[in-house]
Amino acid sequence: MLSKGLFKKPKNELEAQHRNKRKTDPAIPSELCRSCPSCKQLSFTSDLENNFHVCPKCGHHFRINARQRLNMIIDQDTFVEQYHDLSSNNRLEFPGYDEKLEQATLFSHESEGVIIGTGKIDNRKVALFVMEATFMMGSMGQVVGEKITLIFEYALKHQLPVIGYTVSGGARMQEGMLALMQMAKTSGAVKRHSDAGLLYLTVLTDPTTGGVTASFAMEGDIILAEPEALIAFAGPRVIEQTIRQRLPKGFQRAEFLLEKGFVDAIVPRSTQKETLTQLLTLHGIPKGGDQNGSI
Amino acid sequence: MEAYKRVALARKKTRPTGQDFIDNLFTDFIELHGDRCFGDDPAVITGLGQLMDMPVTVIAQERGQNTKSRVKRNFGSAHPEGYRKALRQMKLAEKFNRPIVCLIDTSGAFCGIGAEERGQGLAIATNLMEMMSLTVPILSVVIGEGGSGGALALGVADEVWMLENAIYSVISPEGCASILWKDASKTKDAANCLKLTAHDLLELQVIDKIISENHRDFKNVYRELKIGLYKSFKKNQTLDSDQLTINRYQRFRKYGAIESIAKL
Repeated sequence: MLSKGLFKKPKNELEAQHRNKRKTDPAIPSELCRSCPSCKQLSFTSDLENNFHVCPKCGHHFRINARQRLNMIIDQDTFVEQYHDLSSNNRLEFPGYDEKLEQATLFSHESEGVIIGTGKIDNRKVALFVMEATFMMGSMGQVVGEKITLIFEYALKHQLPVIGYTVSGGARMQEGMLALMQMAKTSGAVKRHSDAGLLYLTVLTDPTTGGVTASFAMEGDIILAEPEALIAFAGPRVIEQTIRQRLPKGFQRAEFLLEKGFVDAIVPRSTQKETLTQLLTLHGIPKGGDQNGSI
Repeated sequence: MEAYKRVALARKKTRPTGQDFIDNLFTDFIELHGDRCFGDDPAVITGLGQLMDMPVTVIAQERGQNTKSRVKRNFGSAHPEGYRKALRQMKLAEKFNRPIVCLIDTSGAFCGIGAEERGQGLAIATNLMEMMSLTVPILSVVIGEGGSGGALALGVADEVWMLENAIYSVISPEGCASILWKDASKTKDAANCLKLTAHDLLELQVIDKIISENHRDFKNVYRELKIGLYKSFKKNQTLDSDQLTINRYQRFRKYGAIESIAKL
């Protein structure tokens, strides 16, 4: 894949502003090189892209967007997106929320914080949801909850496994209790899918927190995580403020959750497709299958 | 009444707690302890009692009635074992075909090292999933503060009621003000914006009924609850279990359903 941002002019002021902010070193254009937040070493963006956006020096997983993830795991040109245009309204008339939604749409080039659809992994048809961190930190409002519910209902109807990538700051407070209710709604949809004997795999990525951790993220039959991903119910800052002490190093990271028994395996990006294929195979998910899911 | 006044009333130290409700709603109550896994969480009281002539499972969050008991009860903020204890009792209720009453009163699930280490997120998630498919009637009543996921973990019910001065919110108004506006003095504004009062939530159909409160006297509240719970359980017990769980799923399915979010 060609370096996406290399020749691209910012479409609008907001985007331009954001790009300027991200510059780490004024002498080097931000599109050409990126410095690793973990080991501080510079890498060429093109090298990073060829390496699944993982730092070649220390293995740090850079945050990537939902479409990049889809490209990494789905067979080429097999993804069929559903409900792409579904976007939020400000039913509670929460001050500033309309502007925030507008900014998030411009910034992320997505209409909401999750992408859903079907696609093939090693020619095996699956239903998918992939959350988008650049849209209000993947927070779950009514549209995110609805899209996740819709994909589980679709998968149930067509007897498909669901693979979900999570990244989220939790429930979206600008939607008040209607956001909280999405935790119950999505959990109900997962439960129905599960009771039908269908497979649900989650991959938790950095960061997965709050109401998403406390609902569909942790409800997978098998839960995978990316290296060093922060996975928490309450974020580290909230805990530090509550108990007024520093948290131990590595607390709430994927490795910590593995040790405590809350995730099945940590899978680096480079082998995720392979691992997903392996798990689908072991669950007897067949190859082929036409568009409406019958085999 | 202004939203923040309700917040203050819901948190008032003299407000009856879960234990008071248990004493006044049920006879023959016996507390049953422990999650059979890690420990017993004093922030959640679970047990069996008679609602008039009907044996029911009772799950109540308890904030504590004085300083000493508030410390013991962790101010009503449960650890994962509290939610697991609740689920254990709910499963028993299903086995023995008893309705379940959940009394919600918590500022939130506890945020701490132990809670995270033992899987707070998973414990809540599991309750949400399992409650959705329990084949006995469930009714949840927010009696004081309904704090986010920690409250919802006992709130996946056939009907959700609220006391008139109770609140139910996705985040505390303090948390909302400090995160969104970086300004703790905007707590009152946040309380208004969050639509956390019983009246707001009835309008949004998040709850099904308001129990009116009268002049600090809870006798009427207890009476109305007792009769209301009894009638609701009698009605829901006539449904077959499939219909009951379908209704419960539909109750929560409607929030943000595609027809209502529009703007396609």
